[in-house]
Amino acid sequence: MAGVRALGSLSRLTTRRYNLTMFPGTSHTHSLLDVSSARTHVNYEIKGDVAVIRMNDPSARVNTLSVQMQREMTEVMDEVWGNSAVQSVVLISSKPGSFIAGADLNMIQACTTAEEVTLLSQEGQKMFEKIEKSPKPIVAAINGSCLGGGFEFAIACQYRIATKSKKTVLGCPEVMLGLLPGAGGTQRLPKMLGLPSAFDVVLTGRSIRPDKAKKMGLVHQLVDTLGPGLKSPEERTIEYLEEVAVEAARGLAKKQIPLTKEKGLMQKIQDYVMSYPFVRQQIYNTVQKKVMKQTKGLYPAPLKIIECVKAGLEQGPTAGYLAESQNFGKLAMTPESKALIGLYHGQVTCKKNRFGTPEKEVKALAVLGAGLMGAGIAQVSVDKGIHTILKDTTLEGLSRGEQQVYKGLNDKTKKKSITTFERDSFLSNLTGQLDYNGFNKADMVIEAVFEDLSIKHKVLKEVEAVIPPHCIFATNTSALPIKDIAAVSKRPEKVIGMHYFSPVDKMQLLEIITTDKTSKDTTASAVAVGLKQGKVIIVVGDGPGFYTTRCLAPMLAEAVRVLQEGVDPKKLDSLTTGFGFPVGAATLADEVGIDVAAHVAEDLGKAFGSRFGGGNIEFLKSMVDKGFKGRKSGKGCYIYQPGLKRRDVNTEALEILESYKLTPNAAISSDSDIQYRLVSRFVNEAVLCLQEGILANPVEGDIGAVFGLGFPPCLGGPFRFVDSFGADKLVEKMRKFEEVFGNQFTPCQLLLDHAKDPSKKFHK
Amino acid sequence: MIRASKKEKCTFHFHNTTVNIFVGLFLSVVFSNHTAKSKKTLAKPGVKNIVLVDGVRTPFLQSGTIYADLMPHDLARAALQGLLNRTGLPKDAVDYIVYGTVIQEVKTSNVAREAALGAGFSDKTPAHTVTMACISSNQAMTTAVGLIAAGQCDAVVAGGVEFMSDVPIRHSRRMRKTMLSLNKAKTLGARLSLLGSIRLAHLAPELPAVAEFSTAETMGHSADRLAAAFGVSRLEQDEFALRSHTLAKKAQDSGLLSDVISFKVPGKDIVSKDNGIRPSTMEQMAKLKPAFIKPHGTVTAANSSFLTDGASAVLIMSEEKALAMGYKPKAYLRDFVYVSQDPKDQLLLGPTYATPKVLEKSGLTLNDIDVFEFHEAFAGQIMANLKAMESDWFAQTYMGRKTKVGAPPMEKFNSWGGSLSLGHPFAATGCRLVTTVAHRLQKEGGQYGLVAACAAGGQGHAMVIEAYPQ
Repeated sequence: MAGVRALGSLSRLTTRRYNLTMFPGTSHTHSLLDVSSARTHVNYEIKGDVAVIRMNDPSARVNTLSVQMQREMTEVMDEVWGNSAVQSVVLISSKPGSFIAGADLNMIQACTTAEEVTLLSQEGQKMFEKIEKSPKPIVAAINGSCLGGGFEFAIACQYRIATKSKKTVLGCPEVMLGLLPGAGGTQRLPKMLGLPSAFDVVLTGRSIRPDKAKKMGLVHQLVDTLGPGLKSPEERTIEYLEEVAVEAARGLAKKQIPLTKEKGLMQKIQDYVMSYPFVRQQIYNTVQKKVMKQTKGLYPAPLKIIECVKAGLEQGPTAGYLAESQNFGKLAMTPESKALIGLYHGQVTCKKNRFGTPEKEVKALAVLGAGLMGAGIAQVSVDKGIHTILKDTTLEGLSRGEQQVYKGLNDKTKKKSITTFERDSFLSNLTGQLDYNGFNKADMVIEAVFEDLSIKHKVLKEVEAVIPPHCIFATNTSALPIKDIAAVSKRPEKVIGMHYFSPVDKMQLLEIITTDKTSKDTTASAVAVGLKQGKVIIVVGDGPGFYTTRCLAPMLAEAVRVLQEGVDPKKLDSLTTGFGFPVGAATLADEVGIDVAAHVAEDLGKAFGSRFGGGNIEFLKSMVDKGFKGRKSGKGCYIYQPGLKRRDVNTEALEILESYKLTPNAAISSDSDIQYRLVSRFVNEAVLCLQEGILANPVEGDIGAVFGLGFPPCLGGPFRFVDSFGADKLVEKMRKFEEVFGNQFTPCQLLLDHAKDPSKKFHK
Repeated sequence: MIRASKKEKCTFHFHNTTVNIFVGLFLSVVFSNHTAKSKKTLAKPGVKNIVLVDGVRTPFLQSGTIYADLMPHDLARAALQGLLNRTGLPKDAVDYIVYGTVIQEVKTSNVAREAALGAGFSDKTPAHTVTMACISSNQAMTTAVGLIAAGQCDAVVAGGVEFMSDVPIRHSRRMRKTMLSLNKAKTLGARLSLLGSIRLAHLAPELPAVAEFSTAETMGHSADRLAAAFGVSRLEQDEFALRSHTLAKKAQDSGLLSDVISFKVPGKDIVSKDNGIRPSTMEQMAKLKPAFIKPHGTVTAANSSFLTDGASAVLIMSEEKALAMGYKPKAYLRDFVYVSQDPKDQLLLGPTYATPKVLEKSGLTLNDIDVFEFHEAFAGQIMANLKAMESDWFAQTYMGRKTKVGAPPMEKFNSWGGSLSLGHPFAATGCRLVTTVAHRLQKEGGQYGLVAACAAGGQGHAMVIEAYPQ
């Protein structure tokens, strides 16, 4: 699923990468008081003829290239260069788990013009140029995250040694924030790696593990992590890295270790081929095409990156560096970059438990129902060390579910992200069973049985008869109000909704739903479990469809109407992906399941009335009657064949559509109109959720829409979209649609408020 | 009477010590040992005394040398026959035989039984094989101890064999699957289609893994990391390896390695000496490149134990039975422990964990021990263990102990060489360690000896051995 992949790559921006927390009380006051320029971030020690420069930002968990760090680094480098006793240099971080995690995002966000950002970039470029041209060899000794600006720093050094730690990752994730590596990255990487690999690294922004980095030639030497010794493993590993790096630095200074490696045959051939401008041109074109295909031209950063690389290679370094700094400035000012950075910040926020630490940690979990969702929930729990019971009612169902868990973990061994041994030990946390044995020791039960209120009631009663008093009952439902389910509970304060997204092991979002009666500790506990499972979490109020399903339903209703108006499913998909959705609306319906869509549309239609109308539900029902339930049944809007990537439109579905045909109104049926018809209903419903208090804040609304439903990441979520597009313009469009379709397009009060007063923004 | 009087013991040493200068020193050492013991004996009322009557081993040879054409049970047979010759034991007096082995020859998977039959033991004597990596024959011996202590047996032969000159190299899994299906294929067509499914890649053989199964890390790699974790330098490792070879050479030359029996290898000459003992110089050793972690590792071929062929065997009896049969036992086998820890980062720290535990069990302290025999897997591993045992921080942080146990004094430590120099046929080493402790206690005149060893899987073992009164 392309959508999942796009979201996945965004999600790889985890919290450790960028320094966002500042404690002005500590380092800053200190440096003010201590005028004698005592250094707090960078220090060095001379070991014989090697200067060991150690970085440690005392105010944060990770090192970043903040103003302070850069200033002190420049000072230290000047001292080292000026010291004739020093022959070589080792650059190392004394912070476990972080070399340099990147540039300080706040530094960029504080700029108001492109020129300011360009200047920042040029300062970085100058600093790294001096590093690159250092007469004394510099060894970057890397342990932990070496990303963004930190990565650019490392590749400017003459030699790189990295630990094999799981925390050690290299890469330039700038593109995921709508930026580019602005301190020489686009210029040095093509020379180091060759054009194809360099494009791969810079354009995907992916994290490169140490062994891969060694293979690519990004690092020269690897150092193992150490276990317990006479010091803690982390401390000793850094020490060991330093020892090895100091030896290497000496070897480099004495020219015992050559700086340039003899090129392999393949490398020589590649270089030869690349020496033809014609070949390079072909590569630029191919890459450009690929980027356009994947981004639909909605993301400016990858295109600018290609421009910078091209400028450097075709017009020389001066032009290349200039293009890099200028484009960096331009990108920083784009709404896309602001949207992506906003999402990054939002994601960090949604990875925290705002409800505090629960009284009791959930160590034993029970999942009811071994279907797709149940097994998925079990999978993301067992590999975090949570003992999980997976209960089903039939042996066949249980067997299928356990196989899903096994397959999910086994696929990870194929990708080498875990070993077969780890897989086996994770699986030892899973107990599959048909009875309620062991539920008396469960700390939490998550039910993922069929979406039917009477079944949910039956299960809740059965479970409450066997679980201990502290045990939380969580229900995984996509639309049934939690209070209706909790109605039969003896202890409604222990009942909560946990809405996972399919496939659970790939989708990042978890929507937690609390009722008026849910206790704060129950919520804290559910959030803690979700965080442990690696989820990004939004906590929303109870109501039909909660937040995510409620936003999606009107959009899908509109999509059905568009289909009824004779738009081909492929065309509908291209219109939605063209707007930035990673998955087209027709494909999304197939993924969600036509039966589920019908079910939800009916339920929510009853709850919200005509506002949720649009497409004819009978069409969906006819599809279901024919067995066209979407991907899971092999046929939906499209025909799915195992092993075949190509999907054909399901002509039988088109035949059904024939009998529900509507005549489109030409005034509101241009491609753009269709896009806005779909999006405005989604966005209006999201804003209404905030107005009604279902949503606690716009940040969670944006995160939920992007990570759960695939709202275009380049727009940053419905709320940021309203801010950047303009509430007034959106209202204007909606009014036009309202004239034809009625209240389905009536803007909600909060949206109207924002339209009236342009100074009102959801995000500051 | 279990303990000999002080006077007798001193006299014994006096007569045996030829260099007069050392007499005084020896006396004082022996005296202090005697006076400082926490316990006079480890005999406990109501607990059977179990003794080591004798122990032998074949010469330990580098694999691929003179034993190359044998099979594992041949070596085991030689050790068993050697034990029979040495002790004059009637073949039908043995109640049970336990043998250890690590890399199994599939044809003789219960190598204990095949070797026993081949060595002419009664076919009425049952035999089983145990495996626990490098402490397999320790496991064989403690199994024997258990059988005797439980009153099920009176005389048990325990031993271990390892034969690295020939290891089972298998067809690939795909190929095996095809070959097994071939057996079941009924028609010619079915057979031909199966044969047709064979691809060149399926013919690539599968070597026995030298890596830890759970972590996929080779032991040498883990040893190098362990040495680095404890800050053991290359120099320290080379020095320790040189010490091992030098002491082994000295022991071999002065005839101290009396557990080695002569073995007529079919088609070859009689072998009567270990062939891996090669004292080198520090300069030569310094020239070697690291074997596992390149380019900055510290574990080299010279400071690691080498692949070895060999077998060992010991006769273990209840004291009454031994005395009734007219034997003069060599030592009491006392308390023992098995430990296990993280197979990734603490793979080879078994001795550090096992030593304080077994001492505690027997109520002794490190000072009570006169003779230490530790299995030397790698010089770096031994040095790391010594440093760990010397560290209060390690004891407190990782072992849940209040204080360190302390490192053994080097003058009592592996003074006749060790696995680095004598060789390390995985499953045969345990019996060598125990027999050597018994011999050293007799020769050097101490009362208590300690055996400790690490093993793949992150496991470890230690045993306290008490000298039998002379």
